[in-house]
Amino acid sequence: MGKIANEELLQKLTARFTNTVKQTGEDFGLLTVEAEREVIADVLAYLKTDPSLKFIFLTDITAIHYPELEKAIAVVYHLHSLTTNTRIRVKVQLSVDDLHIPSATPLWDGANWMERETYDFFGVIFDGHPDLRRILNVDDMTVFPMRKEFPLEDPNRVDKKDYFFGR
Amino acid sequence: MQNHPAYTDNDPQTEYSTLNLGPTHPATHGVFQNVLQLDGERIVSGVSTIGYIHRAFEKIAEHRPFYQITPLTDRLNYCSSPINNMGWHMTVEKLLGIATPKRVDYMRIIIMELARIADHIVCNGVLGVDTGAFTGFLYMMEYREEIYEIYEEICGSRLTTNIGRIGGFERNFNDIAFAKIRKFITKFPAVLKEFEALFNRNRIFVDRTRGVAAVTAEDALSYSWSGPLLRAAGVDYDVRAMEPYSSYEEFDFEVPVGENGDVYNRFLVRNEEMWQSLRLIEQALNKIEKEPSDIFHADVPAFYLPPKEEVYNNMEALIYHFKIVMGEVHTPTAEVYHAVEGANGELGFYLLNDGGRSPYRLHFRRPSFINYQMYAPMSRGMLLSDAIINMSSLNVIAGELDA
Repeated sequence: MGKIANEELLQKLTARFTNTVKQTGEDFGLLTVEAEREVIADVLAYLKTDPSLKFIFLTDITAIHYPELEKAIAVVYHLHSLTTNTRIRVKVQLSVDDLHIPSATPLWDGANWMERETYDFFGVIFDGHPDLRRILNVDDMTVFPMRKEFPLEDPNRVDKKDYFFGR
Repeated sequence: MQNHPAYTDNDPQTEYSTLNLGPTHPATHGVFQNVLQLDGERIVSGVSTIGYIHRAFEKIAEHRPFYQITPLTDRLNYCSSPINNMGWHMTVEKLLGIATPKRVDYMRIIIMELARIADHIVCNGVLGVDTGAFTGFLYMMEYREEIYEIYEEICGSRLTTNIGRIGGFERNFNDIAFAKIRKFITKFPAVLKEFEALFNRNRIFVDRTRGVAAVTAEDALSYSWSGPLLRAAGVDYDVRAMEPYSSYEEFDFEVPVGENGDVYNRFLVRNEEMWQSLRLIEQALNKIEKEPSDIFHADVPAFYLPPKEEVYNNMEALIYHFKIVMGEVHTPTAEVYHAVEGANGELGFYLLNDGGRSPYRLHFRRPSFINYQMYAPMSRGMLLSDAIINMSSLNVIAGELDA
């Protein structure tokens, strides 16, 4: 089977999920859609199980922090349909006060650690995850270090201020 | 993972012993900790703890210009750092829309395939050590050394190579480098053949590995496995074939596939991949001869640092040097996902750029991290000694696991 055209993919998604899924980009030929949190579990299940799509391979789950947006955290899923060699990127925007999102672990076992990593660095809470703990950072850490407000280095250091380096 | 006998934790008839396998255990080849519940020698359950060498590369990358991120990628899978370096350069080139000359692509293929061979030498050699055969490891290690000497000739360093630049290479391959590559591909086949003769039909090795830790294709896909592990389970997914980068589409190579995903199949797949890598290197060497020999980078003055003698003598070069170093070159606002076939599987770079000098967000899709998560569930019901060789055959590299 050949590659699924982005228009066809988008058409199928909007036909099924109407306004809750919309295209946000198509950088370098990779279709990016944004889904509402309420439908994300259904969107992923549909993409995985629909016989004409079969996005059976979960490439990655991660998140992005946009501090200036009202819904500041975007959870990003990369899926790959191995039979048609098509990729898709699905995003869900969440507000920092309410970082709950359904877990993808019922669909893919591999989502387990990817979601733990996303929780560890951004604090996104995946509802229904079997074991949502920190994974790379120490268990007693209280912050989510990949958020933009978290400084790279100890802010009390005086020898490495950015202005010394013209930054 | 349902085919093993079921154990319950609160069975009054059984008393389990707890074993800390790792974080520093001679058999784990890195900092991996698994807390295992043992019933005799059989594993009842296990919990993996990772993150011992987490160095926050994704956070650091948000504060560094693009060309200074290469050293971070070195330290992901440090057994095959050139593949990571090239993957990163290609991601940035995709973002900037740089088309590399054919000769650069071929040079990259040579260096990436050498790195793949070096990585597989370690993995398969160590698998032999863990099953009690030290000879193969020592014999093969000599040739990893030869690969490191080739790196040294090309870029000056051996393990964490920082090889290549955005747009190409920092300098041309010299004659000694080409001679060393030629020497390697003429000498190595005999060694690899002998290595296979030592293991492939060795009764002890086959008994220890065949049927051990067999994984079905469904499980492998559900756990997002990629690379030799997924191919050993029978799925022919190879990024080089599916989404060719760096002119792989011009090359003639096969994607070896296993049947039942056990340790023995993974060993065979990796061995066969080394043969295919040799084929690729040979084809690339032949193709390079037809290209103009003085081209080793794309013509992108805004991103490729000019040579020092030009910086001192040429106004334009000085301006570009200043602009690159001070980060005053315009970059497009876009998001890129670029994947390369690393030695352990699909190594992906998800780069979100806001037009600045450093990424707004950079995420590494690290195959070791994703492959390793099946380790604890799949060890259930397995003998401890089988779990050890299973870990060697997963070839989890701590740097890539923890980023």
